[in-house]
Amino acid sequence: MVKTLGWLAGAGLLVGLIMAFGVAPREVTQGNVQRIMYVHVPLILASYVAFGVLAIASVVYLVRRHPAADRVAHASGEVGVLFVGLGIATGSIWGKPTWGTWWTWDARLTSVGILFVMYLGYLLLRGTIDDPERAARYCAVLGIVAALDIPLVHFSVYWWRTLHQPPSLMKPGGFTGSTSILWPLLINLLAFVLLYAYFVARRVRLLRAEAEVTA
Amino acid sequence: MSYARRALAIAWKDLAVERRSKETLNALVFFSLLLLFVFQFTLGGDRERLAAVLPGVLWLGFVLSALLALGRTFLVEREHDCWEGLLLAPGDKSAIYLGKLVGNLALMLLVEALVLGLFVVFFDIDLGRALPGLLVVVLLGTLGLAAVGTLFAAMTANIRARELLFPVLLLPVQVPVLLATVKATEGLLQGEPLGAVAHWVKLLVAADTIYVVVSLLTFDVVLEG
Amino acid sequence: MSVDPIVRVVEVRKVFGLVPVLDGVSLDIRGGEAVALLGANGAGKTTLLKILATLLRPTRGTATIAGHDVARAPEAVRPLLGVVAHGAWVYDDLTARENLRFWSTLGGLHTGADELTAALAGVGLERAADVRVRTFSAGMKRRLSLARVMLARPRVLLLDEPFAGLDQRAKKWLEERLEALKAGGAALLMVTHSFGRELGVADRLSILAGGRIALDTPRGSLGPDDIQRLYAVHAEEAS
Repeated sequence: MVKTLGWLAGAGLLVGLIMAFGVAPREVTQGNVQRIMYVHVPLILASYVAFGVLAIASVVYLVRRHPAADRVAHASGEVGVLFVGLGIATGSIWGKPTWGTWWTWDARLTSVGILFVMYLGYLLLRGTIDDPERAARYCAVLGIVAALDIPLVHFSVYWWRTLHQPPSLMKPGGFTGSTSILWPLLINLLAFVLLYAYFVARRVRLLRAEAEVTA
Repeated sequence: MSYARRALAIAWKDLAVERRSKETLNALVFFSLLLLFVFQFTLGGDRERLAAVLPGVLWLGFVLSALLALGRTFLVEREHDCWEGLLLAPGDKSAIYLGKLVGNLALMLLVEALVLGLFVVFFDIDLGRALPGLLVVVLLGTLGLAAVGTLFAAMTANIRARELLFPVLLLPVQVPVLLATVKATEGLLQGEPLGAVAHWVKLLVAADTIYVVVSLLTFDVVLEG
Repeated sequence: MSVDPIVRVVEVRKVFGLVPVLDGVSLDIRGGEAVALLGANGAGKTTLLKILATLLRPTRGTATIAGHDVARAPEAVRPLLGVVAHGAWVYDDLTARENLRFWSTLGGLHTGADELTAALAGVGLERAADVRVRTFSAGMKRRLSLARVMLARPRVLLLDEPFAGLDQRAKKWLEERLEALKAGGAALLMVTHSFGRELGVADRLSILAGGRIALDTPRGSLGPDDIQRLYAVHAEEAS
């Protein structure tokens, strides 16, 4: 099952990247560098999925105390932080030639940056607690607090600043780009979510093996 | 009601210990004076620049003091092995959270009043009409900091890298509170009425509600062991 | 004395890192019964106590108190416990009386002023009642802990070196209180490495050595010398 997931993710990525770099239209003002968007945006959105799963798994763990829920939260956190980090990096690579700077304190970047640091803290907390049961409990609480904080971060930062292009997929009016941009974007999004699932599945398996060895 | 009694017992105990030992209070007062001097040296000369950065600087002072106060909130328990006593206390542990929160709020508001007073005096600031609105914002912002801070302080109380991990965990989560309070303070100090910064105030109320409710619900889990 | 043991320890193992401190400990304590657990320093007595106090989880095996698993349902176990371990649970900046009142209130009790004074008098702290604990000696702090635990009238009492540092009067007071608790159906575990007369409260003797219970016998008419001899024999066998 996990293997098929891996193959699917790989295939999805291949198709997505071909579409992004081959099929999708060249952007008029920014040039080819804009194609990074097909990787940058899905990475960020997939990380939101990761953190959402983390929050749900945390709640499940606190209610049922099943170690599997904790392992899913743990793995989700790791992949989520990885994706956000890569998302920020690709955003910087996109931003430098486009806006002339590696980083700006606009709403979207700032929010994502805060997310990155928050969940990095989550991983740090895991790393510092030796007792696995206590680590699971405390991280579940932190995961829930962090998830509930995300809308607050989003609104506060958005009201504070708006420089970034308005969120194209999540604006109330719906998507305004043309379909030739939408399809590669959606395919890459699906591919990255599959990749996330694959990574989490592998990591959970590894964590379970680790737990069995030390028990 | 036993819940209220237990929460009050915790709050009373914290305030009594603090009133007699004055350890945290002394640290906070000294720290506030230090901040005052540092801000004066770095920003004092230019009045216009000072007015521009004042809200941020003020809340920076508040947040740093909060880190100090909240980081120490379970110190007395750790030092005298009373932590086990809290773990083994029967009944709903969120009463302990509530008591700690009340104690922390009292301490933090006291120090903030001091910092604000020092700023007004030493930087010759006219609060005037802004004061009532400012008090509302300070109260809401402090509650936000204390609500999550007390929960995270309990979580990091017995962890290896406590002094490092506590601010690392708390600060990113508190960004909404920080933004809202600084922006609202900015507006108020520029003479705007409270209504003009209403959206920030609403955000603070929402944040405070979420933080307190989640902490009350999850404190039991943290104090399991 | 009830039939079913309130405290059941079944094949408990506790490993710290790679070192097995407890290696298959089984022990039962009935209501109204006091068990004295003897062992050298480092034998694992405090570890077992902490596991029963829900402060540590066993690596393997189960321990239940009144039918609740201490690892899985600690919150069900905690209201039943009275614990006096190494940590004294005292706030230095509060007086003895204030400390007692605080822990009593936190425990959900409504202890009147007279009862507090009586408890302090029992442990010989009546003159130091309104003095800040900061000035107390270790023995005085220990006595305050005992007063605290007695106020709660717990169903299961876990004591680490209960008679250490007490004078004759306090020892007599403690014996009386423990006997009263036993008569009320409480189960007592006293962990110690001494063999003195204070073991008079114990109904059974257990020796912890080599990570296991090396001997579990009714105290009967054994005197301190007999106990010391038994200990020497069994502790040596185990190591």
